[in-house]
Amino acid sequence: MIQQMVIHEEDYRRITAVCDRLTRDANAKAVFLVDKNGQLIAASGATENIDTTSLASLTAGNIAATGGLAKLLGEREFSILFHEGEKDNLHISIVAQKVILVVIFDSRSSLGLVRLRVKKASEELGGVILDVQRRGETMGVQSPFAEITDEDIDNLFN
Amino acid sequence: MPFINLPLREITCKIVYYGPGLCGKTTNLQYIYAKTNPEARGNMIALATETDRTLFFDFLPLGLGEIRGFKTRFHLYSVPGQVFYDASRKLILRGVDGVVFVADSHPDRLDANLESLENLRTNLAEHGYDLDTIPFVIQYNKRDLPNAVPMEELSRLLNPRKVPEFGAVAVTGEGVFETLKAIAKLVLQKVKSG
Repeated sequence: MIQQMVIHEEDYRRITAVCDRLTRDANAKAVFLVDKNGQLIAASGATENIDTTSLASLTAGNIAATGGLAKLLGEREFSILFHEGEKDNLHISIVAQKVILVVIFDSRSSLGLVRLRVKKASEELGGVILDVQRRGETMGVQSPFAEITDEDIDNLFN
Repeated sequence: MPFINLPLREITCKIVYYGPGLCGKTTNLQYIYAKTNPEARGNMIALATETDRTLFFDFLPLGLGEIRGFKTRFHLYSVPGQVFYDASRKLILRGVDGVVFVADSHPDRLDANLESLENLRTNLAEHGYDLDTIPFVIQYNKRDLPNAVPMEELSRLLNPRKVPEFGAVAVTGEGVFETLKAIAKLVLQKVKSG
C-alpha cells in the first residue's frame, strides 16, 4: 500500500519559519528541506538561481548512497555530510531520520556556526516532522485526491 | 509515496524506469525530455560513466498540468541496468509510486529481461512493495529489430499479471508517451483510492 505524505498549511508555515531563521542565524545563502525520496518540502534564502528540483533529487541520491555505505560499515547512518567548494559549501544533515536539511553557505559564515545553528533548527524541524507522521498514523491521511474522477485523470492527458 | 503539499497545491509522484542494461531506459527519458514543452519540464540529470552508461540514475521532473487546482508533477528516474550496480538500483526504488519495466526485444536478451524482472521484485520487496500490487506497466522496446522476439512470447514470459504493455522503439519515440501515460494514470488512480 502506498502511504502519502501530506504537508498541511500549519506544518508548512512552521517549517518555513525555522528555515528562514536558520538562513539568518547561520549567515547562510540558502536553506532547503528535502524528503528522503527527493522531493522539495521548503526552501529559504537566495534560491532564485538554483534549480531546486534537481538539488532535491541529487541531495536525496547523495544521502541514499551514503546510507548504503554506512550499512556496509555497520553504521545506522552517516547523519552529516559536508562538501567544501571554492566559494560555496554544502552542509547536509538528516533530521528525524526522515528528511534532509541542506544549508548552502560561503565565506561569510563558517562550518562551526552552521553546525551550531543546524543543531537547534533540526530539533524544531524534527518536532514538526514527527507531528506530520503522528497525524498520518493516528488520523489516517485524507487524500485531497479522493474525490477526483477517472475523467479528471483522462483530461490531464488531453 | 506521493508527496502532497497542500499550501502549494502540488502533488509529486515518483516513477522508476527499470530493466536490463542497454534496454533503453535512458532513451525513454531522453525522448520525453526532447519532446516536452520546456515549461512543463525541468532539467534532466544524467549521472553516467564516461562511456554514457547510467552510473547512479537519470532524473527528469515533469509537470502534467492540473487536476482540480492541484499541480500534478511526476519525477521520472531510471536505474543503472548493469547487473553489478544492484546496490544503487535498490536505492532508487525508495519511495517509488509506479514502475515501468523496459524489456529488450532482442532474442539474446531474454534471460537478462527475466533476471532483471526478478531483481525488481526482490528490490521492491526490500522497500516493502509488492510487484503484484504496485502500479506497473511493461514496455517491449526495440520492436524495430528484424529478429525481435514476438510480443506474444515476451508477454507470456514477462507479463503473467497482464499489466498494461506496449511495444516501443524508444529511439524514434514510438510507444514512449503511451507507456508514460499508462503508468501516470495507474499511479493517479492509486492515489485517488488512497
